[in-house]
Amino acid sequence: MRVKVALFATCLTDTFFPSTARAVVRLLERLGCSVEFPLDQTCCGQMHFNTGYREHAKPLARKYTDVFGGYDHVVAPSGSCAGMVREIHPTLGEAPPRTFELAEFLVDVLGVTDVGAWFPHRVTYHPTCHSLRMLGVGDKPLALLRAVKGLDLVELPDATQCCGFGGTFAVKNAETSTAMLADKMRCVLDTGAEVLSAGDNSCLMHIGGGLSRLRAGVRPVHLAEILASTEEDPWRATP
Amino acid sequence: MARNPVTWLGSPTFPKAARAALQDTQLRQNLRKATGTIRGRRAAAVAEMTDWEQLRVAGEQIKDDVLARLDTLLLQLEESVTARGGVVHWARDAAEANRIVLDLCRAEDAREVVKVKSMATAEIGLNEALEAGGVHAIETDLAELIVQLGDDRPSHILVPAIHRNRSEIREIFQRRMGVEVSDEPADLAEAARVYLREKFLTTKVAISGANFAVADTGSIVVLESEGNGRMCLTLPETLITVMGIEKLVPTWQDLEVFLQLLPRSSTAERMNPYTSVWTGVTPGDGPQEFHLVLIDNGRTATLEDSVGRQALRCIRCSACLNVCPVYERTGGQSYGSVYPGPIGAILTPQLVGDMHDPQAASLPYASSLCGACFEVCPVRIDIPSVLTHLRAEAVEAKGRTAESVAMAAAAWIFGAASRYEKAQKAGSLARFLARDGRITSLPWPGSKWTSSRDVPAPPAESFRTWWRKNRG
Repeated sequence: MRVKVALFATCLTDTFFPSTARAVVRLLERLGCSVEFPLDQTCCGQMHFNTGYREHAKPLARKYTDVFGGYDHVVAPSGSCAGMVREIHPTLGEAPPRTFELAEFLVDVLGVTDVGAWFPHRVTYHPTCHSLRMLGVGDKPLALLRAVKGLDLVELPDATQCCGFGGTFAVKNAETSTAMLADKMRCVLDTGAEVLSAGDNSCLMHIGGGLSRLRAGVRPVHLAEILASTEEDPWRATP
Repeated sequence: MARNPVTWLGSPTFPKAARAALQDTQLRQNLRKATGTIRGRRAAAVAEMTDWEQLRVAGEQIKDDVLARLDTLLLQLEESVTARGGVVHWARDAAEANRIVLDLCRAEDAREVVKVKSMATAEIGLNEALEAGGVHAIETDLAELIVQLGDDRPSHILVPAIHRNRSEIREIFQRRMGVEVSDEPADLAEAARVYLREKFLTTKVAISGANFAVADTGSIVVLESEGNGRMCLTLPETLITVMGIEKLVPTWQDLEVFLQLLPRSSTAERMNPYTSVWTGVTPGDGPQEFHLVLIDNGRTATLEDSVGRQALRCIRCSACLNVCPVYERTGGQSYGSVYPGPIGAILTPQLVGDMHDPQAASLPYASSLCGACFEVCPVRIDIPSVLTHLRAEAVEAKGRTAESVAMAAAAWIFGAASRYEKAQKAGSLARFLARDGRITSLPWPGSKWTSSRDVPAPPAESFRTWWRKNRG
């Protein structure tokens, strides 16, 4: 039986990184899932909650439950939004549907690590804080990347240190955030990788924004896009 | 309500203080090296323990039990200490505690007192209060001495001079001790030893803090690494211990848990070199007069907050400082309080008890919520959760601001997919600001982002637009 999945694209990916959401659809369908995208979805409320606007986050959590409540599996290409739903929504009085970060859904629910991908590039991987510490995704993303044909995975030094994004932290404490970013970029550049991957477009937007400013020649690519890439239909840089 | 002087008077808000600290390249270098080293050692010391997670849970449970029964346990402690010849004093706030200690020093006619490193006395500003009363306090912990001689402020709970490297310490020692000394750690330690030894032998009153107090026996416990504490706790005639009311454990056996958790978390040692325990007064052995000053200073108010009270579980190990990416870059002084780092960001505002104070209200935001602190905390304080809880209090205290209006607008937009889509389409027009697919400059508050980071040009078509066209 085909596994029915609802895609929670997240507001950031929907708006800024549609190629990631398209990659999730392609990847999950290739693995035999049927994917739906409920058009009523908006935002999980993480920005509001984390900045201290709990009361504004509540109706958004409510909305999430309403939109996705009928699904057995909700998949988000974001550790931090999935973490918000799973760990925080219950504290806002919601009983959210089972929501997974992409890598955990692939490994834990579908039981695959080799998704048949091809990506002939030198890649380093940044494990984002919420996927690591809120969800406990562990090395599942690395297992997925190691199974990708042609991919040369290089270890990121001090990988588990935060990149300095932290939502509104990046503007409220912009200088401190930038100092953290500088160290993260130094580690990324030390690897000699041409692609920096992660499971969260928010962190990738941050590190990528810094790398872009420096014209550093390293491209941020979401894990989903690497896993969706095949020899027949390889990854291309598209918006 | 009188404001608790937990924060240093006139301290700027965290972002402002951090901005200045980030410019100090020597500080950045010192901190990167020091925190990196301690982080690695702690991880190794913890990895040796197969039951570490159980120990953390036990630590959490014992402390929660203490907080739930604090009123009766404190009375039990008072009874136990009194029965063994000690005198217990109760202080509501810093001013009361300082007055009690000063009066005790005066009663002994002491002009100088030796001190064991203590966060509680730093919190209440005891040294300054004593100085104003004509009593000079000498810090005997090496790092604390460096801070004191350098007319500096501490920047770390365990290693208050972590922001100094050895050449800076050499300079301070030469200037203040009037000795020639190299910057070799052994030589620096020897200079401090010579300087302090005379003080230990000639001073009649010692002041300490407490890591733990055992309610049922009345025993006080201090853990340290240098032996200076042991000297202070045994040589003088009078010992005054200043302790926060939350430092209790119910029974002697409970120490077993914390004597494993604390050294590995703080100094990455299996066991700390010196563990001193004393119970009241022992005739003919050690200080013949013992005073225990119990301070509240905002703790009872903190206890009332069902989310925030877990900060009172803290055993001051500083593991959260050493793993914090924010602390590593800004150093401890940016937090404007004797309690820096993640624990300071949740403890200081609660002890201050006033979110209208801009400095206190800025502290819960001094975090990217990465969660590294929670992961290492030996008593499982969920620091990220307390941070967001306190942020909500800060938002409430501030009332209507440009930010709150923007947040309300964003919430309204996210409240309906139709509004969200319209905003998305309007926002996508920003792509015309882009060059080579990136936006390098935005007006305030976007400028806070573009000061160091580009923004990708929004695509012409959002995912939902694509979905509707291709799948809808």
